[in-house]
Parts: sequence; structure tokens; C-alpha cells
Amino acid sequence: MRRYVAARVGQSLIVVLLVTTVSFFLIRLAPGDPFSFAGEMAMNPAVRDRLRAQFGYNRPMVEQFVLFVGNVARGRLGYSHSMHRYVGDVIVDVLPRTLLLMSVALLLSFVIGVAVGALQALRRGTWLDRMLSSVLLAFYSIPDFWLALMALLALGYWVPIFPAGGMVDQIMHDYMSLGGRIRDVAAHLVLPAITLALLSAAGIARYQRDALLDVLPQDFVRTARAKGVGERMIVLKHALRNALLPVITLLGLSLPSLVGGAFFIEKVFAWPGMGYVAANAIASRDYDLVTGTVIAGGIVVTLGSLLADLLYAAADPRLRAR
Amino acid sequence: MQPPIRVSAPAERLAASGLASAVTSAQIPPDEPARARRTPTALWWSLAFIVLLCLIALFAPLLAPYSPNEQLDIVGLKTRPPSFAHPLGTDQYSRDLLSRLLFGARISLSVAMLAVLLSATVGTAYGLVAGYLGGRVDAIMMRLLDACLSIPRVLLLVALLALWSPVPLGALIAIIGFTGWFEVSRLVRAEVLSVMQRDYALAARALGTPGLRIVWRHVLPNVLTPVFVAATLGVANVIILEAGLSYLGIGARAPTASWGSIFFDGSDAFQTTWWIALFPGLAIIMTVLAFNVFGTALRDALDPHQLAGGDAR
Repeated sequence: MRRYVAARVGQSLIVVLLVTTVSFFLIRLAPGDPFSFAGEMAMNPAVRDRLRAQFGYNRPMVEQFVLFVGNVARGRLGYSHSMHRYVGDVIVDVLPRTLLLMSVALLLSFVIGVAVGALQALRRGTWLDRMLSSVLLAFYSIPDFWLALMALLALGYWVPIFPAGGMVDQIMHDYMSLGGRIRDVAAHLVLPAITLALLSAAGIARYQRDALLDVLPQDFVRTARAKGVGERMIVLKHALRNALLPVITLLGLSLPSLVGGAFFIEKVFAWPGMGYVAANAIASRDYDLVTGTVIAGGIVVTLGSLLADLLYAAADPRLRAR
Repeated sequence: MQPPIRVSAPAERLAASGLASAVTSAQIPPDEPARARRTPTALWWSLAFIVLLCLIALFAPLLAPYSPNEQLDIVGLKTRPPSFAHPLGTDQYSRDLLSRLLFGARISLSVAMLAVLLSATVGTAYGLVAGYLGGRVDAIMMRLLDACLSIPRVLLLVALLALWSPVPLGALIAIIGFTGWFEVSRLVRAEVLSVMQRDYALAARALGTPGLRIVWRHVLPNVLTPVFVAATLGVANVIILEAGLSYLGIGARAPTASWGSIFFDGSDAFQTTWWIALFPGLAIIMTVLAFNVFGTALRDALDPHQLAGGDAR
């Protein structure tokens, strides 16, 4: 067990290093540097050389790379010229908002996914199973940003049940009581979280259904059936317990798509998290901020899947024994 | 956004850790017999729809009532809702939305298909080499693959395209293609390993058939079927991916109509001009759905194991 944990932690560190390396070379291979303007913006070559020397652009690539990795390790991700702040500070501000949205969405998607998958396995082969399968495939085929925009259009504008974007009520939030503030954020959270959850629930439900169908023909289920346990109890108590285990792995695997989905969903709902900041950074060509959010996103995904694997190891006695 | 391919990973991981017997039992519960008859119907319908889409994309210049980038009347026809003259309305530059959607089909479909062709080719080659050579080479190649797989694709694409944009369409296809082959090569390698153990491959080897000939005659034909299924589902993924990138403003370049860039045009003032955002989305959903149904139906039809246990989704 200890060896397994050590190996997984080491593997995660390598991945983070890899993400950092890729980001570095993406920046360095991109055309030009911050001082190479064309046309009337072009600099005097002497000034440009001095600036390049001042910011270290004239040093050997290897040295620059080591410096870059060292800076990332210390949380120095550069300066965002569009927000006039250090990228590290911006990420510290926005990351919790993304994590809030993601964790609520993750929880929702697992509840929905496991419930639908279990229902399908319980009613396997019936019209309900087939209909749910079709509905799930349809959901899986919807682009996340489109569903988000349509949800916002229908429930934010046409029938304004929910606030139309943002994370808090811009005007009133500061004057609310603590309970009022929580309710305010929760109301703003509903649409983005449900949209994000519905899209990943489709994959989870399918996986849960198949995992249950794999468990159902096994001996202990036959024993339970022979004892006269009802079909509902068999699926919900005997089979689901065993079929839930592989679903934990999905937790880690659905993170990349959740982080990716957050990019689009946050932009649509103006949820001021990492995806929203990154989308704005792209629009204003704020390269440091883009790479900073990408590195931070990579770290979140890596940590998440590490956590999922450790959780799995802790929950599975067969792995725990090793 | 890629559950259907991703989802197989935990099972693989379990199989690799030697716990497979506990989770993937050989027996499969009896499913309804009607499915065997139902699958081909879904297969043919989705295939017909995909062919229709390709024809529409191919003959877009003949079908489209206007030129996709023509600004018809920048005052009188600015953001008009759907009408008889413009069945899907016009956008903020007075361009006919139907014409843009028809031409957008060309970009969206060709980007997705070419990118997937590229990643399927690269992935198959990589998987074949790793699976065939085996041993230490295989181990190193697979470690490398694991590392590549753990970088979220959307983040990688966003970083790449944000720094390099605007990129020409060819580069966009190459970038999407070269970031999408990891899953395919893993699939191919597993298939190679299993085929190499089968009797006919062993017999061929025993008869002294050269290794490359075994790969060409015995392994490749067996590998192509799952690759084709994965590629079909991959096209569906890439259509959404390309649309998403265009929505962030880093996909297809500005005047070019792709379903994603049309949506991008409509997303700013969507409260009032909802049709600009609604219709490209519907086009994407129908297309992606067709590819997903086709891919899963094909998998079920070709793979008897899946037929009994799986479903047509």
C-alpha cells in the first residue's frame, strides 16, 4: 500500500512537471516575444535588446527553462497585463470559485449518474432502460456551452427563475446577511452546476449500468436471489456496493472533462472562476495568464485523479493488502 | 468531453491490476432479444443521415441561397429573425444564417474527419509498433503515453491555440489530430497483444512468416475494426471540440463559417438574437448524435460480446 501511494505521488509529480514543460515550450515556440511589435509599434533595436536582457530572454534556453520551472514551483506564474496583477494572485482568487462549481457539479453528476444507472440496471431490457439510454446519448451529444446558453436563455431571461449569470448579486450582495449571501451564491450556482453535472452524468450512468450488469450474474447475487431477497434489494444493497467501486475511478477520469467543461460553462454564465478568467485572457492575448490557468488546471486535474486513485485503494481491500 | 472512450479505461486499469475476474465476469445477463433486430435500424438511419450531411457539405454552394460571407444589407437585414426569405434569420452583419450553416457544415465536418483520420493513423502506427516490439520499448512507449493521456486535452489545445492564434485551418486540423491519438494507440496495442497470442498468429510465426508480414496480414485487419468504431465516436467528439474552440475565439478564423464560429457570433447578444445561437447548436447536436449512434451501433453489430451485454445507447 505504501509503495503504491509513493508510486502514484511520484507519477503525479512527473505529470505536473510535464505540464509545466509543455507550457514553457508552447510559450517559447510561439512567434515573437513580448517586445517584438511590428509596424509603428516597433521598438528601437537597442531598447529591445536591453529589455530582452532585462527580462532574461537572451539567456540560453536551458537556463530559462530551469528558471521557469523554479518560478512555477514557487507559485510565480508571471504578470497579467490585462488584470494588472500577478497571475499567482489572480489564480488564488479565482480557483476556489471554480472548485466550488466543480465540486457541486461533481457531486450532482454522481448522484444523478449512479441513480439513473442503477435504475437502468434494475429495469434492464425494458422500455425505460432503452429510453434512458437514448436520453443519455442525446445529452452526451449536446455541446456544453450550447446547453448552458440555452438554459440561461430559457430560465434566466425568458422565464427568469434564476439569476442571469455571475456569482453574486453585484449590487445587493455586500448588504446581505451571512445567510442571505449563501442563498445568493447558491441561487447563482444552480444553473451552471446543473448544466455541468448533466453532461458528465451521462457517461457515469452508462458506466454504472454496465458495472452493475457485470456484477449481477455473480454467485453472491445468485445466493441472495436463492435466499429470496427481492430484486430491488439485490440491486440496491448487494450489487450496487460492489459496482460502486469501479465508479470511484471515474471520479478521477471525469475531472479533465469537468475542468475543460468549466472553461466553457464559466464563460457562458460569467461565473468568475478560472475558465472565465482564461477565456478573457485569451481574448486580450494575456499569455502569462493563459499559461498560468492552464498549469493550475493541469495541477487540479492531476491532484484530483491522484485523490481518486488513493480513495480507490483505501476502499478496495484487495488493493489495500498489497 | 469524452466519456465513451475514456470510460473503458477503469476496466483496463482493473484488468491490468489483476482484479479483472472480480469485476468483468464472463457471464453476461440475458438482455432482451429484440435488440439484435433493433441495432441495424439505428445503424442504417444514422449512416443515411451522415451521408446526407456529407452531401449537404459537398453541395453547399448549390444549396445555399446566398454566399456565406456576403453582407446583404447591413442596415435593413441586420439581425432579422427567421422569415420566408431567410428561413433561419440573419446575423448582425446581415449575412444569411442558413447559407452560413450550410457552408459551416463543410468546415466543421472536414476539420473533424481529417483530424480524426490523422489521429487514427498516428495512433494505429504507434500502437502497432509498441504492441509488436513489446518488452522494454513497449514499456517506455506506454509510460510516455500515460503521461500524454494525463494532460487534459482541452487545456492543452487552449494553451496551444491561444498562443498561436489565428492559425490556418490546416494547422487547426493538425493540432487537433496530434492531440487526439493517445486513446487510439492504447486500444490498438491491446488488440495487437491479444491477436499475437491467437492460434493463427502463432501458426504463422511457427511457419516462419516474417514479423512484418504477420502484422500486415493478421494483426492490422483485426485492429482496424475497433479503430474505425473509435474514430466514428472521435468525429463526434472533435465536432464539439472544434465548436468549443471556435466559441472561445481560437478555432476557425473570423469570417470563415464553422458551426462553432456562428455560435460565437450569436452568443454575445443571445437574449435578443437567440436564433443565431440556437440553430448552429441544433446542427451540432444532430450531427454529433448521428455519429455517436452510428459508432455505438457499429460497435454492437461488430462485437458479439458487446451485443449480449451492452446496449445501443
